[in-house]
Amino acid sequence: MFLSWLPENVSSFGRDIDGIIALIWYVTLAWFVATMGTLLVFIVRYRRRPGRPAGYVKGDRWREAVWVLVPCVLVLVLDFWMDFKGAPVWAKVKIDVPQSDLHIKVTGKQFNWVVSYPGPDGTFDTADDKTFLDELHIPAGKPVRLTLGAQDVIHSFFLPNLRVKQDVLPGRAIPAWIDAMKPGTYELPCAALCGMGHSGMKATLVVHAAADWDTWVAAQWSGAKQ
Amino acid sequence: MSATTHAHATGAAERGKVAIWWFLASEIMLFGGLISSFVISRLGGGAQVDHGHLNVTVAAVNTFILLSSSYTMVEAFGCAERGDRRAMRLFLGLTVLGGLAFLGLKAYEYTGEILHGFTPWAGTFWSFYYTMTGLHALHVLIGVIANATLCVAARLGLERPYRVEVAGLYWHFVDIVWIFLFPLVYLS
Amino acid sequence: MSHAATLPRVHEPHEAAGFFRTYLYATDHKTIAKQYLLLGLLMAVVGGFLSYAMRWQLAWPDTEVPGFGFVGPETYNALVTNHGTVMVFFVAMPILLGSFGNFLIPLMIGARDMAFPRLNALSFWLLALGSAVLCASFVVPGGAASAGWTGYPPLSAKAEYTGVHWGLTLWLLAHAIEFAAFLLGGVNFLTTIVTMRAPGLTVGRLPLLIWQLATASILFLLSVGPLIAGAVMLLMDRLVGTGFFLPERGGEPLLWQHLFWFFGHPEVYVVLLPALGASLEVYPVFARKPIFGYRLIVWATIVAGALSFIVWAHHMFVSGMDPRLAMPFSITTILISVPFALAVFTMIASLYRGSIALELPMLWALAFLAMFITGGLTGIFLGSAPSDIYLNGTYFVVAHFHYTLISAVIFGGFAGIYYWFPKMFGRMLGTRLGQLHFWSTLAFFNLTFFPLHWIGIAGMVRRIANPLQYDLVAPHQWINVFSTVSLLGLIAGQAVFFLNFFLSQFRGRPAPANPWQATTLEWTAPSPPPHGNWGAALPAVERGPYEYSVPGAAQDWLPQRAGAAVLGSRS
Repeated sequence: MFLSWLPENVSSFGRDIDGIIALIWYVTLAWFVATMGTLLVFIVRYRRRPGRPAGYVKGDRWREAVWVLVPCVLVLVLDFWMDFKGAPVWAKVKIDVPQSDLHIKVTGKQFNWVVSYPGPDGTFDTADDKTFLDELHIPAGKPVRLTLGAQDVIHSFFLPNLRVKQDVLPGRAIPAWIDAMKPGTYELPCAALCGMGHSGMKATLVVHAAADWDTWVAAQWSGAKQ
Repeated sequence: MSATTHAHATGAAERGKVAIWWFLASEIMLFGGLISSFVISRLGGGAQVDHGHLNVTVAAVNTFILLSSSYTMVEAFGCAERGDRRAMRLFLGLTVLGGLAFLGLKAYEYTGEILHGFTPWAGTFWSFYYTMTGLHALHVLIGVIANATLCVAARLGLERPYRVEVAGLYWHFVDIVWIFLFPLVYLS
Repeated sequence: MSHAATLPRVHEPHEAAGFFRTYLYATDHKTIAKQYLLLGLLMAVVGGFLSYAMRWQLAWPDTEVPGFGFVGPETYNALVTNHGTVMVFFVAMPILLGSFGNFLIPLMIGARDMAFPRLNALSFWLLALGSAVLCASFVVPGGAASAGWTGYPPLSAKAEYTGVHWGLTLWLLAHAIEFAAFLLGGVNFLTTIVTMRAPGLTVGRLPLLIWQLATASILFLLSVGPLIAGAVMLLMDRLVGTGFFLPERGGEPLLWQHLFWFFGHPEVYVVLLPALGASLEVYPVFARKPIFGYRLIVWATIVAGALSFIVWAHHMFVSGMDPRLAMPFSITTILISVPFALAVFTMIASLYRGSIALELPMLWALAFLAMFITGGLTGIFLGSAPSDIYLNGTYFVVAHFHYTLISAVIFGGFAGIYYWFPKMFGRMLGTRLGQLHFWSTLAFFNLTFFPLHWIGIAGMVRRIANPLQYDLVAPHQWINVFSTVSLLGLIAGQAVFFLNFFLSQFRGRPAPANPWQATTLEWTAPSPPPHGNWGAALPAVERGPYEYSVPGAAQDWLPQRAGAAVLGSRS
């Protein structure tokens, strides 16, 4: 009912994130069924009937209170379980940025994504840098380092199919990484209100198959080599 | 009759004190939020104190004035409790004078700084400086008005001792905020 | 503090007053409560109209909205922003905190009025002024505020980013006035509760709503300060040219988010707790049994309130703050499920072995519980940092907070309004229209908001004016249409309420003093209570608030008020 609505995942860590979402889904579904079921059963079972008085149950003795305290302990245990399962996933996506020979700068501005490549020399701010508007090209099957920033206001870098989101701030360079297992084109919307052009501010992520990647790189930098 | 009047006054005094304490709790969070923002900004390297262009001498004199005015406020409350109206008016008047002197010196400070180009938009430190001390000065002004009102009311014979106590709690709070601001802005 | 309860309260005799004193310069807590209620309902019409224009645009982008006109992207941003602002600050707080608090605190604790009646009137009129300033901000040149209800800078800090000048400044000013109003109101509430309880009304005998209102007031008082500081800084950035939140002037945009959410999470409970409290008052009356675990609920409220101060950064997992902070905040956030789970379990347990009558207040209160369970559970998805990476900023969030905050306002709020309407207005609220209102609201609320979970999971981000621009969303556009059509049903259902509300004022059956055979103090005053509430003698309290079906008692309810057992018969 919930999980089938997720768009196709193509990143390696997306599976982990989907796993956490699924874990929480099953835990909360169980609680939903248990609590709503009890609620409905009580409402039906204890409907007012003539001649049947209500019980005087105050729940102020331990013997009664355990009926609500024990489920609370279970809630607490499940909480820590979800935290325990979630922490490594968070660290993998957001903290431990892997090394990569491909480093791309993505900068949000009202209302475009500006994508810069360092070019063959591998360093930014040199003559062979190349900049694209609203187009992000990466090769499939390997991690890509990103440096995310913004020129004016806060934007949010969102790749639904890769399960990545990161707000970008002016005056700040935020390291991030992505990878994509499957070639194709994917949407890159801005997920933070950034002004009148926010709706429709999006770029296209093009994931090239490993073989096509070299062709694409060659095509971009062949004539412009200086 | 006098017993019921007394009970009424006791109730009002209690309500006034409870209310001012809750109000001050909120005020602590207001200044706390502002001061923490400043401290965090400084730790992050954003708002470096511009020592050279602050007038520490004037600020030190101001600190002394404000502390003295807290003392006169305490005296005013003592007189109010003893029913010594004349002395209470005198001490309330002195407290008002102290507050006014503080505001005057603060205005002098601001003028000097602005004339040297250190406006509120001259950098993060100056933005914080004017916002924090300005908000504090606004509180001083409100205290001056409250104390002056009590002073005039006492002259007209309308005073209730607990009101002096409530105003005093507020005045001490304004004083304490300055005790935090002075070292944080001028000395550290 | 219990000595306060034994202090005799002596007031001047309360006399009938003229029109001006009765309605405009009113200091009677009951009149002020009605003023809050009417202002809240009026602003609900405004907020509802904004949601209608907004959802129409989402379902049928760039078509003319009947009765509104075309909604461009700029207008859409203004709609989103002000719908949130109006509903949270000018509907939910006035009704749940302003109206319920003012009406019920003195009546439930056996006082004649609030501690500071004139300050109380000032609070209301400040709120009215704030509402007027907000409405003025819709029509000033340059357009209304359009930086989101959270007003994140730099977008909100410089006019050139949104093109909005005075609209956003007035919007900020309206907030400042509203905060001052509720700050003074909160001080008044707390002072009243602490100092003016009737003799015998110890803290352990307080109705749970009073606990919830007191906790909500404390949360508001302690959390709003930093946001006021932030609002001052943002105003300075806009008007004076400082750079607190502007990186090019050395500022830090994230600082605003910290200040805003330090307030923002407690603020959710400021709205939620009174709704929870109203429901807690309703369950024992219509199940004819004591609330289960009075002390547990009090502790759960206090613990949840305290935790709400250390969870704020869960709104900021992907904001760019240090990612190492995320897991600690994720843990504190998910921990909040424990006290609220306890509250939910006790509410369900309160029905166990009850004698449940599904009258209208009870229907609303039970629906509140069901919605609150749903919304609480979806919160776990957002409180967990890794799943929030994906869900943050999507319609899943929109669905989640409409199930928690907004279901609290609607279902908890109506539970209270249906329950206390006879006491407030002296007439019974019509049940036939009431049934229609309840069932249509329950159905259309779920039909409107539940599908938003799905489209959020599918990848639709918040605050976009045209979903058809997105390849991931366009195939699911039917959800937007479905949700909008359901919203029209939800709005139509509320029209039934307004009709019922005004008809019952004149045509409703006159209400007896205690139509529900309830135990708390307010039901021992006449309906509606006169000025001064209690006649010559103040009530004294001799037992706890929920003594229903006590074994061996002659009737199935024992009033809190000493010697009131004979007064409370159904007449």
